[in-house]
Amino acid sequence: MYHAIVFLPLIGAIIAGLFGRSLGAKACEYITSGFLVFAAFLSWIAFFSVAYGDTDVIRVPVLQWIQSGSMSVDWSFRIDTLTAVMLVVVNTVSALVHIYSIGYMHHDPHRPRFFAYLSLFTFAMLMLVTSDNLLQMFFGWEGVGLASYLLIGFWYKKPTATAAAMKAFIVNRVGDFGFALGIFGVFVLFGSISFDTIFAGAADFMPVEGADPGMEVVLNFLGYSLTRADALTVTCLLLFMGAMGKSAQFLLHTWLPDAMEGPTPVSALIHAATMVTAGVFLVARMSPIFELSIDARTVVVIIGAITAFFAATVGLVQNDIKRVIAYSTCSQLGYMFVALGIGAYGAAIFHLFTHAFFKALLFLGAGSVIHAVSDEQDMRRMGGLRIYIPRTYWMMIIGTVALTGVGIPGLYFGTAGFFSKDAIIESAFVAENAAAGFAFTMLVIAALFTSFYSWRLIFMTFHGKPRASADVMHHVHESPAIMMVPLYILAVGALLAGILFHKQFFGDYYEGFWQGALFTLPTNQILEEFHHVPFWVKLSPFMAMLIGLVTAWYMYIRSPETPKELAAQHRGLYQFLLNKWYFDELYDFLFVRSSKALGRFLWKEGDGRVIDGFGPNGVAARVQDVTGRVVRLQSGYLYHYAFVMLIGVAALVTWMMLGSAF
Amino acid sequence: MTAELLLQSIQLSMPEIILAVGAMALLMVGVFSGERSTSMVTGLAVGVLIIAGLWLLLVTGTGSAFGGAFLADPFAKFMKVLILIGSITAMVMSVGQAREERINRFEFPVLIVLATLGMMLMVSANSMIALYLALELQSLALYVVAAINRDSVRSTEAGLKYFVLGALSSGMLLYGASLIYGFTGHTGFQEIAAVLAADERSLGLVFGLVFVLAGLAFKISAVPFHMWTPDVYEGAPTAVTAFFAAAPKVAAMAMLTRIVIEAFEPITPDWQQIIVFVSIASMILGAFAAIGQRNIKRLMAYSSIGHMGYALVGLAAGTQAGVSGVALYMLIYMVMTLGTFACILAMRKKEEGNVEEIDDLAGLASTHPFMAMMLTILMFSLAGIPPLAGFFAKYFVFVAAIEAELYALAVIGVLASCVGAYYYLRIIKIMWFDEATESFVPASGELKLVYGIAGIFTLGYLFIGGPIGAAAQAAAASFF
Repeated sequence: MYHAIVFLPLIGAIIAGLFGRSLGAKACEYITSGFLVFAAFLSWIAFFSVAYGDTDVIRVPVLQWIQSGSMSVDWSFRIDTLTAVMLVVVNTVSALVHIYSIGYMHHDPHRPRFFAYLSLFTFAMLMLVTSDNLLQMFFGWEGVGLASYLLIGFWYKKPTATAAAMKAFIVNRVGDFGFALGIFGVFVLFGSISFDTIFAGAADFMPVEGADPGMEVVLNFLGYSLTRADALTVTCLLLFMGAMGKSAQFLLHTWLPDAMEGPTPVSALIHAATMVTAGVFLVARMSPIFELSIDARTVVVIIGAITAFFAATVGLVQNDIKRVIAYSTCSQLGYMFVALGIGAYGAAIFHLFTHAFFKALLFLGAGSVIHAVSDEQDMRRMGGLRIYIPRTYWMMIIGTVALTGVGIPGLYFGTAGFFSKDAIIESAFVAENAAAGFAFTMLVIAALFTSFYSWRLIFMTFHGKPRASADVMHHVHESPAIMMVPLYILAVGALLAGILFHKQFFGDYYEGFWQGALFTLPTNQILEEFHHVPFWVKLSPFMAMLIGLVTAWYMYIRSPETPKELAAQHRGLYQFLLNKWYFDELYDFLFVRSSKALGRFLWKEGDGRVIDGFGPNGVAARVQDVTGRVVRLQSGYLYHYAFVMLIGVAALVTWMMLGSAF
Repeated sequence: MTAELLLQSIQLSMPEIILAVGAMALLMVGVFSGERSTSMVTGLAVGVLIIAGLWLLLVTGTGSAFGGAFLADPFAKFMKVLILIGSITAMVMSVGQAREERINRFEFPVLIVLATLGMMLMVSANSMIALYLALELQSLALYVVAAINRDSVRSTEAGLKYFVLGALSSGMLLYGASLIYGFTGHTGFQEIAAVLAADERSLGLVFGLVFVLAGLAFKISAVPFHMWTPDVYEGAPTAVTAFFAAAPKVAAMAMLTRIVIEAFEPITPDWQQIIVFVSIASMILGAFAAIGQRNIKRLMAYSSIGHMGYALVGLAAGTQAGVSGVALYMLIYMVMTLGTFACILAMRKKEEGNVEEIDDLAGLASTHPFMAMMLTILMFSLAGIPPLAGFFAKYFVFVAAIEAELYALAVIGVLASCVGAYYYLRIIKIMWFDEATESFVPASGELKLVYGIAGIFTLGYLFIGGPIGAAAQAAAASFF
């Protein structure tokens, strides 16, 4: 069964990729989608049998991979609750996106390629989440990176799309560099990269009361000799660097908004629901060692909180419908990392789980809107669409309600986001982490912003007067059923995932559900404590949501002039936000231009002038010079020839005379 | 000299006597039957050469003859076989061209036989006087052969240049020989070596050495005594050039080897310096000057200058391995050169007759694939690309040089062969990648045979190299 879950998408990708031309687009669509639906169905069976069954970990060996010295790496699947959750998320969303794409992409001539990439991505993602060791995970990690690159640049004739694809790939290289170093660090510390060995060995790093903390140097990094505790922290941070790249965290986030150049279903699958959560998955998977390093977790909290806040602020002013959702994704990922950092792993995975539903719903809804208005993405040229595409409108409303976390504080009733997001905010309040207070503040503010920009999106798109041209408005139409059905299914998830699963993920049934897949120290009581927060804390995200909603309503329904006036009054701030805190410009200046300049220098001066100049070209030119001279010696005159012979004899005689004198 | 000794001497020099008598008989045949007899004389000349060769291989033993002036040893035998093969092949190849161009004279085969006789005597010469006589016999024949097409200005100019410069080099050689005789009191090689081993070497003797080596260097066209080579190669009829490039080089190299290894062995450091200098100069000039050539015969002239430089690398080592490297190098060089000239002779267009520009080879791969394939193999081999014969030839001389600790020489040699590879590869490029213009007329059978055998020998050397290498080693062993 597990083989089928993982390899069916690969088979689909191979069929669609290699035989797509001969099979035809229709066949490819149905084959890949059919495989994915089947895999998703199996994933739910796996989920219920693992998460609700008695077995804690199932290992499925596939084959031996590398035997080198003390390193032994095998391909095998590690199926525990964490993996099962990811399997469900990945395969469900992927199956729905496949189906949705049949409708969304039906104008595109390269559908077999598209579906092959989608299935390839799914396979790589499954490889990542089922990995039993870090190297296998790295394989999946790079595989999803590759698929992401291919899909962002799917419309390769569009220069912005290829640029965005390259940007995504290159920025991820930075993170992957850290990840690779982290893997090396783990190998140095634990002598293995297999999860079982790492988790078993992690206990040795546990600080023991009263014992000598140990000054033995175990790792040298950048010239620093690190003791056991420091080495662990550094390794965790390096792994987190990989997670930052993949999950578009602050400083390495710049690729995610640009990735929206890809087709919308891709954004929904890769850049909202699955791939970008790989970083969260990585940290959760490595919870046994992250739990031991309080310093590393503090960094995680700070980065997560800043990302949540930063991305939300930028989202406030964006006009591209997909970019708003992209920044929202970035921000929500920040929430997840805060949860990981404060030790609330369950809450993080829970948010990952619910987020997959409502963010995929929002993206696919946005895709439906874009489909309706003839591929227009700028919200300033939408408006008043609610009458024309009511079903999409209601689906978007559900997504927004879930994202902003509508629910009744104090009672366990609300949408998916209400349970997962509020759990994170409340956990942040009670956590003992040094940065927890900061994180709590940031997250509440981000919740306010989230609500504002989400409703702003709804109001600008669906309410008010139509701002699109009459021609476009004439063509506005509701999407076909094949696109709407996935939306309905995701909407159900967005509404009910919270109520149905919150006790399992982060509540009373925590132990029985996770069965040790997430590791927490005995001192980590956050699970218990977050129930006992003051009522105002429980109320604060709700109030933030409400304020955001009311503000958005006031600014975009009641008094549509206000935003412009505000933007004019605070021009600097507005530009700052609109230009995404000038990160692209800063990076362009710091890295892109300087490395381009360096590259140009090495190319023109180093390679062109020095290597080619003194190397091949220079030598060739000198050879020709020499040849020219030598040939000119051959004058054809007899007396020249005789002269040369005599000179030769004279030179030799002179040489021998001098030689004999010594 | 008793009759017994005389009989023994005649037995040892029987191949040479066959050639001498044969040449004179052929001359009579030619004179009495006139111009019509050319093809018959050519055939008979080939027959005489073959008989001499068989006698040499099957009957002749080893030993010293004519009071020590003539030496028959394995080295001489090896080299003589090469010379005979070179002469026979060149004569066979000349048949076609002789018919087309106006060199269709019976004197040509006779002169070739006489030149061959001279070369064989050179190889066996064991004293200064024998050496000079043999050399002059060969040279006089060659001067005439170079100008055999006496209606062609270029051919006569080439013959004249060769004659004047050859006379100059003969003079130098004689002057050197007389100095050596004056300072040692002997003309025989063994006696000279004995005196040099016993006495302190004098400056006058070194003078003599330089002049002798200069005279011999002229014959192998080593820099700076090479100036005649491109002009004579270009000016002489191609069939003559093919002969020039092969057998006389082998003979002169053999003679040079014998004189430095036998007569001047006690003053090895002295002659080694000269040989190293000449070798380096030849390799570099051969590599650089050939690049600028458009005429393939001139290019082959510079190519042969370069190759003499490489062969001298082995001689400079002065060891048994070095001499065996030289013997092997001359063999492989001769095969490659004859094959290449067979291709050049096959460059014949319907209206223009024989053509000599490199650009005329354009697109040969599409018009004459077999010839292009063979010429490609030969060019790769001349450039020294493994696993072809030319690579092994270079490899053994360089190994000998390195074992003799002549590192600079070996390094310069390898670098020069890098530069030299350019012009060989350019020919290949022109054959395979350029557009064909006018096609050549089909090559005659004997040319196809020659370049086919040469190409296959070069290609298959890897498999047949063992016994050939053993023979070269046995030849070299006669000095040590």
